[in-house]
Amino acid sequence: MAYLVNTPSERQQMLDAIGAASVAELFDQIPVPLRMERPLDIPPALTELELEAHLRDLASRNGAVGTRVCFLGGGAYDHFIPAAVDAVASRSEFYTAYTPYQAEASQGSLQAFFEYQSLICQLMGLEVANASLYEGGTAVSEAVFMAMRVTDRHRRVVVLGSVHPHARQVCQTYLRQIDCELVTIPTPDGIANLAEVARVLDDQTACLVVQSPNYLGCLEQTRELCAAAHKMGALAIVSCHPLSLGLLTRPGDAGADIAVAEGQSLGIPLQYGGPYLGVLACREEFVRKMPGRLIGETIDRLGRRTFVLNLQAREQHIRREKATSNICTNQGLMALRATVFLTLLGPEGLRETANLCLQKAHYAARRLATLPGVELATQAPFFHEFVLRCRGGAGPLLSRAREAGFDLGPALAPQDAPGLAAPQDCLLVAVTEQRTKAQIDRLVDVLAR
Amino acid sequence: MRNMQATQLLSELSSPGRRAARLPPCDVPEVPLEQLLPAELVSSAPPPLPELSEPDIIRHFINLSTKNMSVDTHFYPLGSCTMKYNPKRNERLASLPGLVDLHPHQVPELSQGMLELLYSMQQMLGEIAGLPAVSLQPAAGAQGEFTALLTASAYFRSRGETRTRVLFPASAHGTNPASAALAGFECVQLKGGSDGFVDLAELKTQLDSRTAVFMVTNPNTLGMFEKDIAEVARLVHEVGGLVYIDGANMNAICGITRPGDFGGDMMHYNVHKTFTGPHGAGGPGSGPIAVRDFLGPFLPGPMIERHQTANEPPVYRLVNPPHSIGRVRSFFGNVGILVRGYCYLRTLGPAGVRAMSENAVLNANYLLACLKDVLPVPQGNRCMHEFVASAKELKESRGISAMDVAKRLLDHGFHAPTVYFPLVVAEALMIEPTETESKETLDAFVEALRTIVRDDPTHLHQAPHSTPVSRPDDVRAARQPILRWNPS
Repeated sequence: MAYLVNTPSERQQMLDAIGAASVAELFDQIPVPLRMERPLDIPPALTELELEAHLRDLASRNGAVGTRVCFLGGGAYDHFIPAAVDAVASRSEFYTAYTPYQAEASQGSLQAFFEYQSLICQLMGLEVANASLYEGGTAVSEAVFMAMRVTDRHRRVVVLGSVHPHARQVCQTYLRQIDCELVTIPTPDGIANLAEVARVLDDQTACLVVQSPNYLGCLEQTRELCAAAHKMGALAIVSCHPLSLGLLTRPGDAGADIAVAEGQSLGIPLQYGGPYLGVLACREEFVRKMPGRLIGETIDRLGRRTFVLNLQAREQHIRREKATSNICTNQGLMALRATVFLTLLGPEGLRETANLCLQKAHYAARRLATLPGVELATQAPFFHEFVLRCRGGAGPLLSRAREAGFDLGPALAPQDAPGLAAPQDCLLVAVTEQRTKAQIDRLVDVLAR
Repeated sequence: MRNMQATQLLSELSSPGRRAARLPPCDVPEVPLEQLLPAELVSSAPPPLPELSEPDIIRHFINLSTKNMSVDTHFYPLGSCTMKYNPKRNERLASLPGLVDLHPHQVPELSQGMLELLYSMQQMLGEIAGLPAVSLQPAAGAQGEFTALLTASAYFRSRGETRTRVLFPASAHGTNPASAALAGFECVQLKGGSDGFVDLAELKTQLDSRTAVFMVTNPNTLGMFEKDIAEVARLVHEVGGLVYIDGANMNAICGITRPGDFGGDMMHYNVHKTFTGPHGAGGPGSGPIAVRDFLGPFLPGPMIERHQTANEPPVYRLVNPPHSIGRVRSFFGNVGILVRGYCYLRTLGPAGVRAMSENAVLNANYLLACLKDVLPVPQGNRCMHEFVASAKELKESRGISAMDVAKRLLDHGFHAPTVYFPLVVAEALMIEPTETESKETLDAFVEALRTIVRDDPTHLHQAPHSTPVSRPDDVRAARQPILRWNPS
């Protein structure tokens, strides 16, 4: 039997020490009528050799990014991951440890997560970051709950329609059970209309949720939006694409009270949607209202620098139903990947990566917009993703590209971009630093035919 | 041998102008930034990240890794966490490019291998639970709890019922009440049950038409099978409530008894525990839920469906359940962890899954038999996959606390058990050996504990003595929180 250690004679010695006649006797606590009388109906065991062949077969039936040319976006991106990220994350001292409850036995993880918090603060321009949440969508919801605690306003949350639809849907799910209205402001121009936002915000609003670059790739007027929220005593929650911060104003510098992000682009593989990384940072004054784990620096009994789980009185294992969140297991290994990734890039690498994304995306947009019947759907500034509108629908263009080995999209559904005209004709195109001019030119050629 | 340099932080190691990653030159005609972006959206300088070379970075993080205890280096009997061996084949196979590099917006026609895997995972988890409808979405156990509670809530709403209360025993994990509160329920903790079992009389007094869900961990957090679970379920069902099984302790019962067969209506798995996720220094986890058929229509979407027409290979599709509560996260779940769990279940097969639980219970009972003369185990002579020892007498007689014992174990080369949980046992040490430990390791652990309980109390209060740090000042950490590097 795979992974079992003790031999039959050792097992017998163990039973003798226990004073049990058989292993079955150890399950006497389970009432007989409740026991399973048949073997589980799951597929038969495979040896390692057979398993590898089976998984290779399954893997071969997926159109992964290495075998095709990826212009897919919509919240997950094909960014480059340096080998050093994998080298660190595959250290089993990290990946086979668990939550660092015993500080003395976990200084490696604790310091790494403290480094993560430090780097996220530097990246976001804010003062405190937690040690990770599940992913970008739930990070928005956790930020919204946090804003309700900070403002003591529990009845109304305003979110821009340009925020990732998954994040908006998750928020709707999370707010489902409590009597809180989620107001969505349509964004027909690709970004929010400031006058409309000012009209919707009121003095009962807990927070305004902004995403920039937003789901359509466009850059919101973040500074003005944060100011509008503050004018009503609401918090400004800004969700961003971490790599864009090599060029763009940091959320904290633009006035965000809480910054969140999907951290996938920070050295985390696509892996069909997860595990990813929920990033959350905020102003220092809100620290005791934060969800999730926080690592702090202190000293030990001999005065040595030491890292510990800190401010645990916010958390579920202490505070139970009064905790700031129910999160326990978070995304530790993904936070470690992001830490190594950001360190490898450094400030210059981050700026160069962001610039490559920006330049290549704009080149692709200029070229694609020359195709007959194709235009950019919005005039707003964008970072590395944009919306194409195709006369006659997005489907045919997507299919033609796909047949030639190019993946674009996703296509937009009406609920993905409230207010945007003719969404059924629209699709997203994302261009990362990994795409080349030759790939972009070939895509244009394929679609021009 | 130990490199103590690693206590320096990245920002302290930074030297202006140092670099690791290099990017290729821009191969498209470059347009000046000001023509592409409005000036007010652009930062004057990039974020002040540390500047290091690749060799420096690698040495830093590899040195950090050596300051951890882990399953691959140490026995790690952390109760309720199932710290079993994480198979290397799972790591390799989850990294196959066709799986790890698959974009979540890839169309289903070009994701059939992945969808087949996930569908098969849904089926296996449904069978092991005895609860056929499965959602793979939740990112961890706590999110599984929350998702199931929302599912229950939607179900009751569909029947025109208003049920406001979630009940749980005092021995429940902290996530149970936290998830119930997040889902908008009133939390009711049952009194009694100091023997670890649900107090039926107390349960009866609390059950009424307001009861939505009774949450219970089975085997419970004392490592005992709830002997009255069938009666518990009957009572809850009698008032129209649902029974939720916290699956943290599934490692004891897979293939032996099923939550669906002992009265559970909903449950979550911890794939990172029971099916070797791995634990990743605190995640990512994966917390799929399995529920009864009548709750399936309310699960979060999307789920994976299999369509088979005659003489054609099956086709897998993404569907949203008709009365879905909606999304609980982006995309499809912590797929990378689910792939590892799939590899594990396919390696074990039906007999192997059962053997896994049998040996987990055998190891735990052997350890209990050897240990009970060293430290009292209030619950008695038998357990499932874990048990809770108590240092209460030791504390009263010699001033040695559970924390002292835990810390001194680190010096002996063992990770500590879970301490001070469950709350119903004073000076608790919750010990879960798992099935992947040898008899010799368990014997050595017992010997270490035998030595420790005779140790000089002063020496123990200052333990550990061999680790990079010892007894952090938690009060100082909380009073003057330092939560990031600050230039001094």
